[in-house]
Amino acid sequence: MAVAVGRPSNEELRNLSLSGHVGFDSLPDQLVNKSTSQGFCFNILCVGETGIGKSTLMDTLFNTKFESDPATHNEPGVRLKARSYELQESNVRLKLTIVDTVGFGDQINKDDSYKPIVEYIDAQFEAYLQEELKIKRSLFNYHDTRIHACLYFIAPTGHSLKSLDLVTMKKLDSKVNIIPIIAKADTIAKNELHKFKSKIMSELVSNGVQIYQFPTDEETVAEINATMSVHLPFAVVGSTEEVKIGNKMAKARQYPWGVVQVENENHCDFVKLREMLIRVNMEDLREQTHTRHYELYRRCKLEEMGFKDTDPDSKPFSLQETYEAKRNEFLGELQKKEEEMRQMFVMRVKEKEAELKEAEKELHEKFDLLKRTHQDEKKKVEDKKKELEEEVNNFQKKKAAAQLLQSQAQQAGAQQTKKDKDKKNSPWLCTE
Amino acid sequence: MDPLKRSPPPCPSPRPSSPRTQPCEMLGHVGIETVLDQLKIKAMKTGFEFNIMVVGQTGLGKSTMVNTLFRSKVWKSTHPGTGVSMPQTLQLHSETHVIEEKGVKLKLTVTDTPGFGDQINNDKCWEPILGYINEQYERYLQEELLITRQRHIPDTRVHCCVYFVPPTGHCLRPLDIELLQRLCRTVNVVPVIARADSLTIEEREVFRNRIQQNLKTHCIEVYPQKCFDEDINDRILNSKIRDRIPFAVVGADREHLVDGRCVLGRKTKWGVIEVENMAHCEFPLLRDLLIRSHLQDLKDITHNVHYENYRVGRLNASHLLPRGPGWVNLAPATPEQLTSPRPLRACRRPHDDSEEESGLSMANPRPASS
Repeated sequence: MAVAVGRPSNEELRNLSLSGHVGFDSLPDQLVNKSTSQGFCFNILCVGETGIGKSTLMDTLFNTKFESDPATHNEPGVRLKARSYELQESNVRLKLTIVDTVGFGDQINKDDSYKPIVEYIDAQFEAYLQEELKIKRSLFNYHDTRIHACLYFIAPTGHSLKSLDLVTMKKLDSKVNIIPIIAKADTIAKNELHKFKSKIMSELVSNGVQIYQFPTDEETVAEINATMSVHLPFAVVGSTEEVKIGNKMAKARQYPWGVVQVENENHCDFVKLREMLIRVNMEDLREQTHTRHYELYRRCKLEEMGFKDTDPDSKPFSLQETYEAKRNEFLGELQKKEEEMRQMFVMRVKEKEAELKEAEKELHEKFDLLKRTHQDEKKKVEDKKKELEEEVNNFQKKKAAAQLLQSQAQQAGAQQTKKDKDKKNSPWLCTE
Repeated sequence: MDPLKRSPPPCPSPRPSSPRTQPCEMLGHVGIETVLDQLKIKAMKTGFEFNIMVVGQTGLGKSTMVNTLFRSKVWKSTHPGTGVSMPQTLQLHSETHVIEEKGVKLKLTVTDTPGFGDQINNDKCWEPILGYINEQYERYLQEELLITRQRHIPDTRVHCCVYFVPPTGHCLRPLDIELLQRLCRTVNVVPVIARADSLTIEEREVFRNRIQQNLKTHCIEVYPQKCFDEDINDRILNSKIRDRIPFAVVGADREHLVDGRCVLGRKTKWGVIEVENMAHCEFPLLRDLLIRSHLQDLKDITHNVHYENYRVGRLNASHLLPRGPGWVNLAPATPEQLTSPRPLRACRRPHDDSEEESGLSMANPRPASS
């Protein structure tokens, strides 16, 4: 049955005017309610040398104590440690995952330092891609572990970026949103800080490192993002200890020469970092990760596997060809494996057969040997038996002869006794 | 409160498992809740999309209902059927508009089905409708499977289908039942009693009960589906709605003067039937359900359940290997695939781990190297 669908092209989209209140202005609220019930995910990756203050900064940012033991400097290589926490503020549930690079910058040979980090990020993309490509998938309650923001901690040398920093950032900039920050900023004086920041930014630009750009296309946030961008990289100080300042307690670091207040904008850029990272751009960071970095990864991965998008006419065919080719390859492999297995099986069977035959032969030999021994024994026994019988016969003969003699002797004796008795009896007739 | 530590083994690709971690207590305001405002701003900027389809026989007031729902002349042309000969085949007719209210932009697409059920032989008259719905799913699937995807895939999938039941007063007709059975597996269906001003209140109740019984007998699950209720609040709210389904509605796009107020209604010799008046008809319930409270939910169920079901069916059908890793064959869907019914399988929260087949084998991207 023919289905004719009259559908105007996009240019003819009319803006209709409404003659009354329809009520779909509640749509953003409906959307927000849905998202609230599902909860949000946010994953931060902290890249920086051991002891530069990553854990402390996280504690300070989220106003809580994520318990962790300080890392040693003896790690043989860089490894990533991921921890997940669930935070709740009013009715918003946030699943926060903080990934730490343990042992970064501690090795003598730092050539491969960036590799575990890149592998980790790729692994998260891979996991999401696999879930997306499953036949039966459940994306809406999938725990998203893709890294949304990477805080790169720059050591406060005051001069310029280290080559390790440049190399690592260059490897990461197409995979994750990088926000560079200067750690332990209380060790740099104000005038040095300004020079340091401009040096860093110019080095990043000249090396082509693409850091995260705060979005300026939305009127509500464009202004604040633009003003904050000027202060990149943020010079931060982290502290979870509170010091009494005036009549309030505030997070600060106390030195003999003064107190560095974390939330004082004159002292450090911590407040700016918190604004940018959490209060203004968290959603944009997640969106960029999903629509830019993840799509790039997906595209590269699928192209690597041999899929192509040509123009719509030949798309089914090229995919079909790839499909057929891969299928044949796969079947061929299967066949080869089957052949191999079969051959091995036959070989094994033969071996076993030979073994068994050997064993059989051995058994036969043993049996023959036993039989012979048995026969020998039997013969011996027979001989002995004959001997015994002969002896018995001899004995019987002798016994018979002896008995004869005895009876003869008895008879003779008996005659003698009778004679004696008669002799005794006659003279003595009436002695009793 | 100590957060549970989750340190995966130090291998090159550690992936933290889904955390069932205990919540952390925060000692001060961090500002996480501002993410809601960020979401709102982003949503208002990109705008919303909504696609609605109205299905029913000619003359039941579908076009008028759409106009009443969105308070505007959605249809450019005059009502079909007035002086125009009956279309020989079922033709679906779509119109897209952008409407804005208080800064919220909504791209609305309404699909009408003139000629449905009008022929003498209505056998398989649902096929064009199902074909259209599945075609939209197919379009979205093709877009989703591209290597280079668009940033925002245009969503033309039908989010809601409003089915107009003629006000016979008796029960559902076989045509209704057949169509509803097939539609409910593919799309969210909201049945309404059209032209309810021809029934009295008591007749409406009787009709409604009979229809509900019919739906139960034939296992037709209309929106809001019972199996997708997320928690107890949802269930309570949705049960109230389910009690009143199907809504008895009246559509009108003319305004009349009643008691000094200007109201939308139908004027007859014996009175004015006010559309917005709950005592007269249940149009406000329909409008609230579709627009004010459950619009996002309709879209979510379409995306998470109906589209996923379609996708599973398509990917399984193109699997030539019986089991194991295979490669997606994206030959264009045959017409049978587009109209064959599929069982409503996926529940919103899949608790049991049904077998997970991979459409693309990722473990061995290069078979030779394994």
